[in-house]
Amino acid sequence: MNGNEHEHVIEVTDLRRVYGGGFEAVRGISFSVNRGEIFALLGTNGAGKTSTVELLEGLARPAGGRVRVLGHDPYAERAAVRPRTGVMLQEGGFPSELTVAETARMWAGCVSGARPPLEVLELVGLAGKTGVRVKQLSGGERRRLDLALALLGDPEVLFLDEPTTGLDAEGRRDTWELVRRLRDAGTTVLLTTHYLEEAEGLAERLAILHEGRIAAAGTPAEVTAAQPSRISFELPQGYFVGDLPPLDGMGVSGHEVDGRVVRLHTHELQRTATRLLVWAEGAAVELRRLDVRPASLEEAFLGIAREAAAEAAGTRTKEYAA
Amino acid sequence: MSTATTAPVGRMAALARAELTLLGRSRGTLFAALFVPLILPFSAREAAKQMDLAEVGLTLGTVLLPASMGFSLLYAVYVTLVSVYTARREELVLKRLRTGELRDNEILAGAAFPAVATGLAQCVVLTAGCAVLLDVGAPRAPHLAVLGLLLGFPLCATLAAVTASFTRSVESAQVTTLPVVFLSMIFSGMFVPLEILPDRVASLCELLPLTPVITLVRGGLTGELSAYEALGAVATALAWTVLGVFAVRRWFRWEPRR
Repeated sequence: MNGNEHEHVIEVTDLRRVYGGGFEAVRGISFSVNRGEIFALLGTNGAGKTSTVELLEGLARPAGGRVRVLGHDPYAERAAVRPRTGVMLQEGGFPSELTVAETARMWAGCVSGARPPLEVLELVGLAGKTGVRVKQLSGGERRRLDLALALLGDPEVLFLDEPTTGLDAEGRRDTWELVRRLRDAGTTVLLTTHYLEEAEGLAERLAILHEGRIAAAGTPAEVTAAQPSRISFELPQGYFVGDLPPLDGMGVSGHEVDGRVVRLHTHELQRTATRLLVWAEGAAVELRRLDVRPASLEEAFLGIAREAAAEAAGTRTKEYAA
Repeated sequence: MSTATTAPVGRMAALARAELTLLGRSRGTLFAALFVPLILPFSAREAAKQMDLAEVGLTLGTVLLPASMGFSLLYAVYVTLVSVYTARREELVLKRLRTGELRDNEILAGAAFPAVATGLAQCVVLTAGCAVLLDVGAPRAPHLAVLGLLLGFPLCATLAAVTASFTRSVESAQVTTLPVVFLSMIFSGMFVPLEILPDRVASLCELLPLTPVITLVRGGLTGELSAYEALGAVATALAWTVLGVFAVRRWFRWEPRR
């Protein structure tokens, strides 16, 4: 785990953040990001993503726990960290009356070893907009300007807070492509997103945040593997759940009944599906609205949200011992 | 690893240049900053004529020039900067700037540069104008006037940052700036020289933030300011600046209230 300090570009230990009103937005999270890795913090709105990233960026002091970026405390040792990081906030703030070129020039003057502004504007596809005032840019163009400025200093570590929110499908793909190229060039990227496909397609590792805590973490495959696959169908007329073959014998790890609809959770999708279909064949019944879903990150994500909601309501999904 | 790191001066210069461009594009702010301080003194002129100035050793010039500089500090620097700081905060510009290498005090100082430069230029123009039009004569102790202004600019910028901490929008800046503007105009020796006020009132007025600046500038023109009085004025101005810096550290908000 510990070994070489330089391997972990970002290290977060038991991090907490409490706002003025007493609201605890980040409730003791730990994770680390390796050099040259894309790491995603995934979560619904209000999960604590931005609150966490702001602590990593050194914008605020944590209420508890420890943050190290490139081996330094980003808040107390900002002079050591800032020249090596690039930041794209969730909502970029640029004076609306400046042009794109003026904004980039201003920012370049504040960045160590800045690349020529036009070069990064080209990189994000804004080279044709240099003379346009910021207020006349579309939401997507503003996001790309923000990204361009984050890249001006050739950062070793890049923080991207919801980099593709507000972008159209093409703009989103372009941004993903750019982030991958940066990673290939050795940049470490920490991004937040509420788009699952973004986290799944882009990140080597991710953490799902829920209400200020990490609900699941690992590679997309690991997080997905921890989740059951699901089979749902409508019970045939006159049949009850008890008429099905013994559920644990089918490899089912849990089930829910919602009116006539049965949902089975399983970690052995093939076995469960086969037993179910063989049974239906033998009983000569039709399983209407049959839906077989392998575990996916989306299922994991929704499952975590559902579980948490159920927990809050005091009713847990019935789960058998594994 | 990159070898060239930015220096504070370079960073502030980049920010100041952008702010200068923005000032040029903001008609309302520009008008208030450029013309109000140059026009207002003329309205004060008639009032000043009514006062018995000769009795306290003052002339029209030694009343109007410090008053004009006071207006310049209030409008070109203080009022302008309250709206600049507030606008940049509400646009999330301050928050974005804080993610970079700029330090907090560099952000505030860099953004203040165009307003301070405007104020300085006005003071030069006003001095020249008053010398020609009002026959002020050569200042007796110019170093005191310069010292007064050198204290006045950072003081007004600091007060602006404090006021911006309690200003929710650019529109409400028109209201939140009124206390400092009115108190200074009436009680800091701008409209009414402290010399013609009752002693008790005058010594209270001396404690106001802008009074030492006006006192030093006027003393610089007349040459009638004892070293003791000058020192007191410097101490008062410094005390307000230190108090202001403390207040900024304590209360300045870098992003909008949610």
